[in-house]
Amino acid sequence: MSQTQTNQTTISKEEATWMFQKMLEIRHFEDRVHDIFGTGILPGFVHLYAGEEAIAVGLCAHLDDKDYITSTHRGHGHCIAKGCDLNGMMAEIYGRATGLCKGKGGSMHIADVEKGMLGANGIVGGGFPLAVGAGLTHKLKKTGGVAVCFFGDGANNHGTFHEGINMAAIWNLPVIFVAENNGFGEATPFHYASSCKSIADRAAGYSIPGETVDGKDVMAVHEAAKRAVERARNGEGPTLIECVTYRNYGHFEGDAQTYKGEEKVKHLDDLDAIKQFYTYLTEQDIMTEAELDQMDADVRSAVDRAVEFAETSPYPLPEQLMEDVYVSYKTDGGATQ
Amino acid sequence: MTRQLTFSQAVNEAMAISMREDADVILLGEDVAGGAAVDHLQDEEAWGGVMGVTKGLVQEFGRDRIIDTPIAEAGYVGAAVTAAATGMRPIAELMFNDFIGSCLDEVMNQGAKLRYMFGGKAKVPLTIRTMHGAGFRAAAQHSQSLYSFFTHIPGIKVVIPSTPYDAKGLLLESIFDDDLVVFFEDKTLYTMKGEVPEGSYRIPFGKADIKRSGEDVTIVAIGKMVHTALKAAGELSKNGLEAEIIDPRTLSPLDEDTILSSVEKTGRLIVVDEANPRCSAATDIAALVADKGFDYLDAPIKMVTAPHTPVPFAPSLEDLYLPTPDKIIKAVEEMTGSELVI
Repeated sequence: MSQTQTNQTTISKEEATWMFQKMLEIRHFEDRVHDIFGTGILPGFVHLYAGEEAIAVGLCAHLDDKDYITSTHRGHGHCIAKGCDLNGMMAEIYGRATGLCKGKGGSMHIADVEKGMLGANGIVGGGFPLAVGAGLTHKLKKTGGVAVCFFGDGANNHGTFHEGINMAAIWNLPVIFVAENNGFGEATPFHYASSCKSIADRAAGYSIPGETVDGKDVMAVHEAAKRAVERARNGEGPTLIECVTYRNYGHFEGDAQTYKGEEKVKHLDDLDAIKQFYTYLTEQDIMTEAELDQMDADVRSAVDRAVEFAETSPYPLPEQLMEDVYVSYKTDGGATQ
Repeated sequence: MTRQLTFSQAVNEAMAISMREDADVILLGEDVAGGAAVDHLQDEEAWGGVMGVTKGLVQEFGRDRIIDTPIAEAGYVGAAVTAAATGMRPIAELMFNDFIGSCLDEVMNQGAKLRYMFGGKAKVPLTIRTMHGAGFRAAAQHSQSLYSFFTHIPGIKVVIPSTPYDAKGLLLESIFDDDLVVFFEDKTLYTMKGEVPEGSYRIPFGKADIKRSGEDVTIVAIGKMVHTALKAAGELSKNGLEAEIIDPRTLSPLDEDTILSSVEKTGRLIVVDEANPRCSAATDIAALVADKGFDYLDAPIKMVTAPHTPVPFAPSLEDLYLPTPDKIIKAVEEMTGSELVI
């Protein structure tokens, strides 16, 4: 186990632009969903990723469309980092026919398989076996691709954590398990629910590398992810990365967050992942404040357009209720039911 | 003489044919090859499953395609779901259907719903083969018939063959189907022999098989209950009553037309199902006919099923648990008001 400090590795301006762009997209998208949800017009419930941007972005910076990710109920950030379309995502959250899943999945099931995004997931711990399966396909088809399993600290006590990581390890699969330890599973603290000091410690039980990084520091995540993805692509098997983070909002929208303490203030201010990256990029002379501020304004506009797209999109038609259950479903050997 | 194979050999042959036809077909399960990493258990010494159903496959297809898994059903069944969604065509063997308790989420919430939740932008061409059935003295946790669980869930197809011929044709159809199929194999049928053609053939889903024609009563029987019903029909025939025996072969989709047409002809329905009776395939088929075929009925629908108990161990009790020809004949007596000389 090692505790990775914020490293001094520099990144290209192109990489930095992509990463800052995606972090902004996640933040502004989630802040807007928060505001809109408060008006009561969104169906269902949402779990927001704001505050945890550095993790999805630091990881997905190393992936392309052939690589797969599995996600969680807090999946919007993973979708955006993996390249899902903002308009399609917002429309999905609104339950519109133009959504990425035609409005049939909603916030907890947004997916875009062509982008390698195997779905947000309503079941805590659901992603471990699914990432193993995607990794198995990569290995058997020799694609050179990897699968990344994002999961929360709540899921690290689930039985599928053990089954999935063990299987990836014995089969030496190209899977990276990424814990997003935001300190609380719903309202239950990590240290109460988990009999370990860190999730990364559990890697030792599977004889795979495990490390803990500052999940608010996108450069730290980026560096750890680089090592893990390279290992996976080189056929050296799975890695467990624990990213210590904090969610800006509650477990779900409407959660009064009474379990949070004073630490919340500094997480929303000095420790904010986007603020830290902004400072890093300007201090390292990778990008100028003017460039970053312009990106911020552009992303806000893009999110505005996504909201407009969603709100002007049609609802699914009644006949879509029965579509997409099966590829085909026939009775009497011929007639479609 | 036409070629005879056991049910077990028919299942094995279907898998071998599918794997020769399509390199994306793989098999995962506990000891499906057997003895992984045990030096002296390679090749012909490998188990091929606890019942030997997959024996020989690893010699032809190798351990990259016949994959021994840890005893971790959630792990490997879940992995099979996404292996399917990302380009493979896996067969996952869930040794006993009773073990679904260890991986129901992966089947019910992931595999079955993925296509719908993703708006039709994914498919899950996965076949889960699993053993079911009482009569093996295997007691309560290895003897259930849980097909109604899966029939209840949209997104899953449910297949229950009753003969070696059907087992091969339906399994090939299952493997090459683009949806999630749960394929039930009755452990007491594995040694049954029957005619099985060589080469590839497929039996379409949703097409019931009329095993015997008759005018007096329709008996819909599931899995090995088809043979129990056929025995009863032989006895009934001696009394001048001709039963029509229908094997639905798939519960999802269900061939409603064949069942309704038969009841229209006979005016009577008995459903024979060895599963527990509540919220079961038997009640489902009875409800179908009550709903869409009520006017055809000359008598109340009868169900001959197991009682609402776990499967007992003691042979004397397990024999009481299962439907028998006598129980079917008694149901016919009740619904016809006649006393039969058996």
